[in-house]
Formats: sequence, structure tokens, C-alpha cells
Amino acid sequence: MSYFSDIYRGIKTLLTGMSVTGKYFVTSRKGAITQQYPDNRETLKMFDRFRGEVIMPHNENNEHRCTGCQKCEIACPNGTIEIIWDRGIDENTGKKKKKIDQFVYHLSMCTMCGLCIDVCPTDAIKWGQNFENSVYDRTALTRVLNEPDSKLQAGVED
Amino acid sequence: MNSALSITKNIHDWLFSIMPEAAANIAEMVLIALVYLGIFAIAGLFLVLLERRVAAWFQLRIGPNRVGLQGLLQTMADAIKLLSKELTGTTKADKFLYNLAPYFVIITSLMALSVFPFTKEFQAFDINIGLFFLIAVSSIGVIGILLGGWSSNNKFAMIGAMRSGVQTISYELSIGLSLLTMVLITGSLQLSEIVEVQKSGWLIVQGHIPAIIAFMIYMIAGTAETNRAPFDMVEAESELGAGFHTEYSGMKFAYFFLAEFINMFIIAAIATTVFFGAWLSPFGITESIPLLGVFWFLLKALILVFLMMWFRWTFPRLRIDQLLTLEWKYLLPLNLANIVIMALLVWLNLTISF
Repeated sequence: MSYFSDIYRGIKTLLTGMSVTGKYFVTSRKGAITQQYPDNRETLKMFDRFRGEVIMPHNENNEHRCTGCQKCEIACPNGTIEIIWDRGIDENTGKKKKKIDQFVYHLSMCTMCGLCIDVCPTDAIKWGQNFENSVYDRTALTRVLNEPDSKLQAGVED
Repeated sequence: MNSALSITKNIHDWLFSIMPEAAANIAEMVLIALVYLGIFAIAGLFLVLLERRVAAWFQLRIGPNRVGLQGLLQTMADAIKLLSKELTGTTKADKFLYNLAPYFVIITSLMALSVFPFTKEFQAFDINIGLFFLIAVSSIGVIGILLGGWSSNNKFAMIGAMRSGVQTISYELSIGLSLLTMVLITGSLQLSEIVEVQKSGWLIVQGHIPAIIAFMIYMIAGTAETNRAPFDMVEAESELGAGFHTEYSGMKFAYFFLAEFINMFIIAAIATTVFFGAWLSPFGITESIPLLGVFWFLLKALILVFLMMWFRWTFPRLRIDQLLTLEWKYLLPLNLANIVIMALLVWLNLTISF
């Protein structure tokens, strides 16, 4: 008797499947996930987990959160990140303290693996949404992520 | 007499007035052949576009919408691109058969188109064995596929072609038997007469339950016959590259591709003619305007084409053994039982007709 129940189940699953796709077909015009990219450049918003490039957010006082611990530089499998650091006098304590001079990021070598961002203890670097990275000269892909004259945000090291 | 039909009559009279009768006959045949070729080359292209748009909508995409209004010229552009491409081939291919194969496929699918009754008058060839002719001709196409797969000296193409042979031979049976079920009601194979019978109710209404079963079997077998997903063992992108047409390029590939879509239209058109009353309007609402028959015919055929696309984009592909199980263990016995039921219905006059 499983022969007839097979036929019954066959037809039933056929109709179930077709009703699912039918619903998608009817609602597809509103819910299309295609981005018509160059046309919607102004309104295009990439997704939360999109990996465009590594950025270092600065707050309004031109302060970043990078302590120069170089964990990202060590974690990077292909030498994308170079941190040029220096020792400066801390105003509060008067002691010598490590601080970054330049956070150099070679986008041309980056594979977007995300290890640097995972390993950063102070969340100084994050994923950016920009993906329009084509340039005519590849030296333009080597970037300094910290802004000129920026300094460490207070309280990050505590 | 409406204008479009009098145009054809005028051409007919004009041809016979300027040349002897035999020459005029031949000229007329050539003209009709050219018209059919032109119409269906374009129809094939637009079916490709329709498939792509429909597939996109099922998958929450947009589909080609850049070339022309809503992408209407996309497939035209593709065809022109294919025309300009180099025709490549393998060195040890059987050159004669390799070149012959695409024409087998495209010619058989164009031959089948000639017998459809688009309206009462718009039918190129009203042969008295119409339905039989259709089934016979549409199964010749598989020879083209077998030749193409065999002669291109490629193991994947060969496997694809052999699968196509297995599949077509199996599903031919179901197509033939399900159409035979309907022939029991009409009592004729001639397509114009099948339409005539349906003036008292479309056959799917006249034959009610067995007709619906026959229709479902026909659509499943028809999809398998055109080698479309979920029965696309022949092309099987994930296993065989492109299957039998792996080694083809340029316009020869385009012939295979167009033939596939015209075949889909043919399957839908046969179903329209046999189950849904061809050019007859629903409840006879536009019977006074015969030319609208083309509209009704195409509308019904396109709805059925859409149905085929719908289950193409719903179901995963079958394995080859599942494919054969479906045909030999399920469709064929059901079909035979269905014929007996239909015969009983016709014998006991239980068909519904208005």
C-alpha cells in the first residue's frame, strides 16, 4: 500500500513546494534583493557583516582607540598592517609611553580575513563599508589609518 | 472576412495570377515556411527572455532589464553575439555528424509547429493524423541530441546524450498514452476536429477526473521530454559540464538552445490544443472575432509555459534512477489504468458536455 501513499505524498509535496515558490514569485517585485549598483550609489547601504576595508574610527576630538600594542600586526598573515610607533611623554603621569605614529594599512595585500579586527583588544579598527577601491596607481592603496595629529582616546587603556 | 485573412487571400490570388500554378504553389509554401521560421525564431528568443525574468522573480532577483524596455532586446543581443562567435570543434570529432546534429534538433521542432491550429484558418498543415504526427516528429529531436553527443568525441557529451536517449524513450510512452486518453473522447487525431469537439466544453472539463490525471501526467512527461529541470539529466551542469552540447559554440549552440525553448512551447501548445480547447475562447465570449483565437491560443500556451517554469524553479533535480522509477513504476501504470477509466466514461456516456 505504500505505493499509493507515495503517489499521494508526491502530489502533496509537489503542491507545497509550488505554493512556496508561488508566494515568492508574487511578492518578488517588492522584495527583490538585487542592488542595481551604479544607479543606486547614493542610497546603497551595505550589510552589517560586509568586509570592505579596515578603517580606524575617530571621534569628534580627533581621538582614536589604538594603543599601539601591535597585536594586529602580529596576527596579520600577510603583512598588511605595519605600525610605526614612538615613545612619548604622557601628560598625566609624566612617564614615557608607547604611542602610534603611523598605522600603515596596505589594502593591496589585504585578504579581508578579519584576524586583526578579531584580535584588537580595544576595538580600534573596524570593517568599513566602502568597496569602491579601484585606483590608477597602486601606491594609493597604501593608507595611513590614523588621522594627522590624532591621539589616543582617554581611558582606553584602563 | 476580416482584414488579416483577406491579406493572405490577396497574396494567394496575386501569386496565382503572375505565375503558373505549380510555381505559385511552391512560392506560397516557401512564403509560409519563411513566415513560420521568422515568427518562431523570434518567439524562441522571447521565451528565453521570459524564462530568465521568471526565474529571477522566483529567486527574488530582478533579471535582465537593461537592454531595451524591461530587457526586451536582451536575448536579441545575445543571439547577435553568438552569431559573431567562432565555431569551434574537437579535432577527432566526426565532422559530418557534428555539423548535422543542431539542424536535426531545430528542424524537428520547427516541423512540429506547422500543425498547430492557431485559429480556424491559421493552420499551415491540417493533417488527418495530426496528434500522431506531432508525437512522432517531436521525438525525432532526440536523434539530434544523440548525434551531437556522440560525434563531439567528449565523454561528458556522450553520457549526456545517452541519458537523453533513455529519458526520451521512457517518457515518450507517457506522452503518447496520456494524449491517447484524450483521443478516446474526440475519436479523431486531426487537430481541427479535436478543436471542433471542444466547442461543447474543453476536453479537460469534458473528461473531468481522468482528464485531469492525464493532464498532470502529460505535463510531467512533457517537461522530461524537453530535457528541462527537474529532469535535466542531459545537461546536468553540476555533473557533465553542459552535457551533449559541451563542444558546440556560436550559432550551433544557439540552435540547440533555441530548440529547447521552442520544444517547451510545443509541449505547451499540444496541451493547449488537446486539453484547453486551442483557439476557443472561454465560454465563447469572443466567438464573433475569429482573429482573437491567436490571442487565446498564445495566452493558454504561455500560461502552461509558465507552469513548466514554475516547477522548474521549484524542484531539485532527479537522479537518473529516480527518473526511471517515476516513469516505469508510477506514470506508466497510472496511465494505463487511466485509459481504462476514460474508456469506461466514454462508453457509459459520463462525460460532461454542454
